[in-house]
Amino acid sequence: MKIAVCVKQIPEGAHRRIDPTSKRLDRSGEGALNPFDANAVEEALKLKESTDEAEVVVLSLGPAKAQDALRKALAMGVDRAVLVSDDAAAGSDLIATSYALGRALERERPDLILFGQQAGDSDGAVLWAAVADRLRRPMVSQAAELEHADGSVTVKRQTEFGYDVIEAPLPAVVAVSDAINQPRYPSLKGIMGAKSKPQETLALAELGIEADRAGEEGSRTEVYALNDPPARGENRRVEDDGSAAEKVVEFLVEKRLV
Amino acid sequence: MRTLVFLEHHAGELLKGPLGVLSKAASLGDSDVAAAVVGSGVRQLAGEAGTFGASRVYVADDPQLEAPLPQPRVDVLARLVRDRGFDNVFLANSVLAADVAAALAARLDAGLNWDLTDVVGEDGRLVGRRPALQDSVYVDVGWKGTPRIALFRSGSFDPMVTGGRAQLEDAPVELEEFSMGVRMLEQAHEESEGPSIEDADVVVAGGRGLGGPENFTLVEELANALGGAVGATRAVVDAGWYPYSTQVGQTGKTVSPKLYIACGISGAIQHKVGMQSSGVIVAINKDPNAPIFEFADLGVVGDVHQVVPKLTELIRQRRGQ
Repeated sequence: MKIAVCVKQIPEGAHRRIDPTSKRLDRSGEGALNPFDANAVEEALKLKESTDEAEVVVLSLGPAKAQDALRKALAMGVDRAVLVSDDAAAGSDLIATSYALGRALERERPDLILFGQQAGDSDGAVLWAAVADRLRRPMVSQAAELEHADGSVTVKRQTEFGYDVIEAPLPAVVAVSDAINQPRYPSLKGIMGAKSKPQETLALAELGIEADRAGEEGSRTEVYALNDPPARGENRRVEDDGSAAEKVVEFLVEKRLV
Repeated sequence: MRTLVFLEHHAGELLKGPLGVLSKAASLGDSDVAAAVVGSGVRQLAGEAGTFGASRVYVADDPQLEAPLPQPRVDVLARLVRDRGFDNVFLANSVLAADVAAALAARLDAGLNWDLTDVVGEDGRLVGRRPALQDSVYVDVGWKGTPRIALFRSGSFDPMVTGGRAQLEDAPVELEEFSMGVRMLEQAHEESEGPSIEDADVVVAGGRGLGGPENFTLVEELANALGGAVGATRAVVDAGWYPYSTQVGQTGKTVSPKLYIACGISGAIQHKVGMQSSGVIVAINKDPNAPIFEFADLGVVGDVHQVVPKLTELIRQRRGQ
């Protein structure tokens, strides 16, 4: 079985800002593997460990230095990494990103494609569905448990209404929730070994991706302006001297909430 | 500008989130706002959409659409958008709707902007408002070309009853083979009693400061007295004190009730993003430095075990319970 895990490198939390000129997330500083993607990597490794023959490959679209994030996945135990990196891909939105990833995945032809539940920087939580549609494959999101048997996966997942149990035939696309597992830390041996594992970088042209389907040109959304958030609330405060409950009720009455 | 709104439903009821989006679409000045109801045995439900501003409702009613799975819904909506030439497709965020929106965008090669809290018409173009980077910046976003797909943050708009009547029309159901691959073996049923947390006007939530799972009864009783729903933080859900279905925050539900009462919650960013658009926020916490006091309308520095039961009692008296 071949498992592909789609991951993203995101800027470290403290450095996260939007560049006012390009109106894009500033990706010039230190980056890290999106923590939600570590859950998908962990799940792929668990599946590999419970299967006789399996290969796990991580795949990403991003700047050249995203190799660092991929190396962390390799250190965790992933077999090899593929990075699609091209200046022309900068600023890709969902449409352009899903197209490029789709092409890279067609080249790999995995049996199972895993995603994490969201990007820690943009809060995007939809990419898998666009990729699954491009590949015309069955898709399940929010997996909290994943089992593989006889050419299909069974997923227990969380929704607003409780838990669903869903079966999807392979090849399939599954997005896992961060409740599914606790990602392992790379061992020292893993970190040392990662350096000798195959790490491939592909330009868009190598995947046959037309320049007008990538980056801003290939995107269908745009950013017009950045604004300050609205001011919040009136911020009253009381210290409880035994009468706080009465004060809360007075406040709720004043706001016509009771 | 012609807009189609995807109306999600559960347990025989249209959800409040998409009805709010429908009301918003109707307020943009379109004479022609349509809705789509997709499922099995949903004709009755479709009729109700007229009350909230839809002039036409497309009904895809087919046993194959029984399970609330995204891919068959994409087939139905893509066909509708292509055949009827809609300019906009609006959805209210949910596990189902997010998957539908993104797959539909790929299918139609259309732009998707997500996590929007508002949309306005400006100089003949549509502008979406999206809070980003933990809501520290508000981004104005747009679409290049049509159709434009917009996924709105849960609870962004209140449904408004217009009292109109919608014309019902059957939507063709032709499903792709790959869309039929996924099978629902067991479908979720509402676990909690009372109003669902995303639809509730009042949410009373508990965090670590309650001290233990047994103290959630304090929160439940206050919620009960106010006719509200119970919420929980990631920390207490992870600790097994309360079910995930009640989790409010970045990796749980996003709620915006009229009143949010936070009991023993510090207000970590992960929680804040799920509830900060609530109308009025009351926080009770014994730590005067808790971040939640920075964005609460009323902050009570005190012990939840003292304040909450008293508050419940006073509210019960007031409401004559």
